Amino acid sequence: MAKKNTSSPTLNFATDWVYTPSPESTGHVEIKKQYDLFINGETVKPTSKKYFNTINPATGEVLSKIAEANEKDVDRAVKAARSAYENVWSKMPAKERGKYIYRIARLIQERAKEFAVIETLDGGKPIRESRDIDIPLAAAHFFYYAGWADKLQYAFPNAQIKPLGVAGQVIPWNFPLLMAAWKIAPALATGNTVVIKPAETTSLTALKLAELIQDAGLPPGVVNIVTGAGATGAAIVNHPDVDKIAFTGSTGVGKIIQRSIAGTDKKVTLELGGKAANIILEDAPIDQAVEGIINGIYFNQGHVCCAGSRLFVQESVAEEVIHKLKTRMETLIVGDPLDKNTDIGAINSQNQLKTINEYINIGKAEGAEFFQPSCALPKNGGFWCKPTLFTNTAQSHRIVQEEIFGPVLAVQTIRTVEEALTKANNTPYGLSAGVWTDKGSKIFRMTRKLKAGVIWANTFNKFDPAAPFGGFKESGFGREGGMAGLAAYLNVNG
Amino acid sequence: MANKYPSFSSPAIDQVGVEERAARFQKRSIKKASKIQALKLALSMVDLTTLEGADTPGKVQQLCQKAMHPHLGYPGLPTTAAVCVYPTMVGVAKNLVKDSGVKVAAVATAFPSGQAPRDIKIRDTKYAVNEGADEVDMVISRGKFLSGEHEYVYDEIAAIKDACGKARLKVILETGELGTLDNIRRASDIAILAGADFIKTSTGKISPAATMPVTLVMLEAIRDYYFKTGTMIGMKPAGGIRTAKQAIHYLVMVRETLGQAWLSNEWFRFGASSLANDLILQLVKQRDGMYGSMDYISKD
Repeated sequence: MAKKNTSSPTLNFATDWVYTPSPESTGHVEIKKQYDLFINGETVKPTSKKYFNTINPATGEVLSKIAEANEKDVDRAVKAARSAYENVWSKMPAKERGKYIYRIARLIQERAKEFAVIETLDGGKPIRESRDIDIPLAAAHFFYYAGWADKLQYAFPNAQIKPLGVAGQVIPWNFPLLMAAWKIAPALATGNTVVIKPAETTSLTALKLAELIQDAGLPPGVVNIVTGAGATGAAIVNHPDVDKIAFTGSTGVGKIIQRSIAGTDKKVTLELGGKAANIILEDAPIDQAVEGIINGIYFNQGHVCCAGSRLFVQESVAEEVIHKLKTRMETLIVGDPLDKNTDIGAINSQNQLKTINEYINIGKAEGAEFFQPSCALPKNGGFWCKPTLFTNTAQSHRIVQEEIFGPVLAVQTIRTVEEALTKANNTPYGLSAGVWTDKGSKIFRMTRKLKAGVIWANTFNKFDPAAPFGGFKESGFGREGGMAGLAAYLNVNG
Repeated sequence: MANKYPSFSSPAIDQVGVEERAARFQKRSIKKASKIQALKLALSMVDLTTLEGADTPGKVQQLCQKAMHPHLGYPGLPTTAAVCVYPTMVGVAKNLVKDSGVKVAAVATAFPSGQAPRDIKIRDTKYAVNEGADEVDMVISRGKFLSGEHEYVYDEIAAIKDACGKARLKVILETGELGTLDNIRRASDIAILAGADFIKTSTGKISPAATMPVTLVMLEAIRDYYFKTGTMIGMKPAGGIRTAKQAIHYLVMVRETLGQAWLSNEWFRFGASSLANDLILQLVKQRDGMYGSMDYISKD
């Protein structure tokens, strides 16, 4: 009765029943042919009159032209932010500030679908992720911080608190709208005004946010959005009238920023790179752990600072875990980000794809064992990378030490909990980590010993506006989210 | 003396992780051609069921007619996989479905409670098989399982398997009574080791019946056994699956956990009574572009 297969049993996922493409509709979405800067509540042409293209990384098509802000534009923006701070925002009752932030949250919710589609078009992430994770979390951050605006005294009892003034913020391309929310919401709630620069490959949702901010009636100059690349970011960081710098991006640029502000009295928080350890012990619930590994490194194409990019698996269960991991990878769908069934979308840019492929070659050259599933890649002008696995790696491999920022997982075996802790902490980074075990006492022990700002137990990549997020060591300092996220934007005395 | 029992060690199961994975399957968007294919596949997997104290030959006759001809208004529909009845009705059913391809499954072993001595259960099974049942759906002794007598549970399944002869054995775990997903995994493993051809979630007589997390755990038990031995085991969620939408979610789960070989009614069934009509309704809607009246779909 039962069918027997005498060779090593494998499952066949190339089924007769295939999923017909199910693309999200884009007809309702409005993307202008050209976007200008958003300064002092209105759209403003860039002084240089220069624009650059933003493309859809899944197809290569140009979506729009984005203004390039230079030092003069940044100066205008900072002046607008300063004036709004001195004359309007710092004088407004906190409760009223909260109402504006709440209004922004509501408008994001109402326009969620449009934002999700644009986020996917501009950045390449699957619509399922922008729809279910990015946009809802962005709204959640505004909702959460709207509530803090008039309750700051409860966060800092018996202290004198005062906003810092003008915050200069530079955000990355991996979660464009969400990173904007992480920056703008707490800054506004604590009474600061903002000059923010989105990443040059993903400016569209920030610019749509500018339109939304206008619709919300936020007083002019409270939020200013200046687009551009590295030079524009440097102009913000170096501007003498910015009180606070908040940066999320690479450790390399974080160090440049640190150097730039040395000797000034600017406050700074940095949220930088990571090379997180995801540790599977022999008593872990293996199938759920495998899902956690997948989520840890292939979510958002691995473009995640807190991605679980170093897998440590206890040697006694390594064969089973790796076998199940490879099996699970066979059911991941790499495809059109607009298709609701896509698991892994396009790599964000040509540059990033080049970097990832370089690391894949390095891994092979270093002697690690390479694996990719048999899935098809779309045959169009997009940037694609299959989910990738390297087994038999060691701490001394470059692909284990350096942040790849792509869907590439390096697997090492370990023998004991002590060894796992030592190797997990053996990195200049310290942003996040994951621990998988059914035994509570091990969770308590390991989460105390791991040097990482965010530690997940039997899960991974879980975020909430109420939970502080940030790293140790070269992953940066300062926390975003929760009550801890308020301190970065306030002067707290006593 | 050698230990006559295999090792009953089962892995730990994390409930939060299982629920998340189960929820993820429901995010798949199954449209157009793939939807039509799924609806027909699901219909072919239905075990059309009547298990009432009030069942009569007349009732069973009408159920069999529905199983063989689910909807004349849509040519080319498959028959359901089987009808599922009490042992006293097997003869009636067998006589009607004859060579239509529809199997006759009988619940046995003091269904649904399973609270009866071993010899009664064996006799119940043999009676059903003699009457012509192609498949036997037995219940495990949940009380024995929960009090830790795993060897008793194993022996009982093995004895019923023996009594089945050529009939395929489905083992109902009654997951709603087992408490935890760890227990469900352990019961699955015991049933498979003891000789089950299918493992089945529920009797359909209590709530909760089948759920996606529970089914996922059982599919993974089947998968692990297949990896270890190359032997396939079938799976049947039963009870609580009323809509085509739910059925399609289950098919996604089977496809992405076990793959091609299990996407047939030889290895996967839905234990359901009202599901068939919703599948038919959705197929008609896909064909005609709109929902017609329910009055055009027979209620048998």
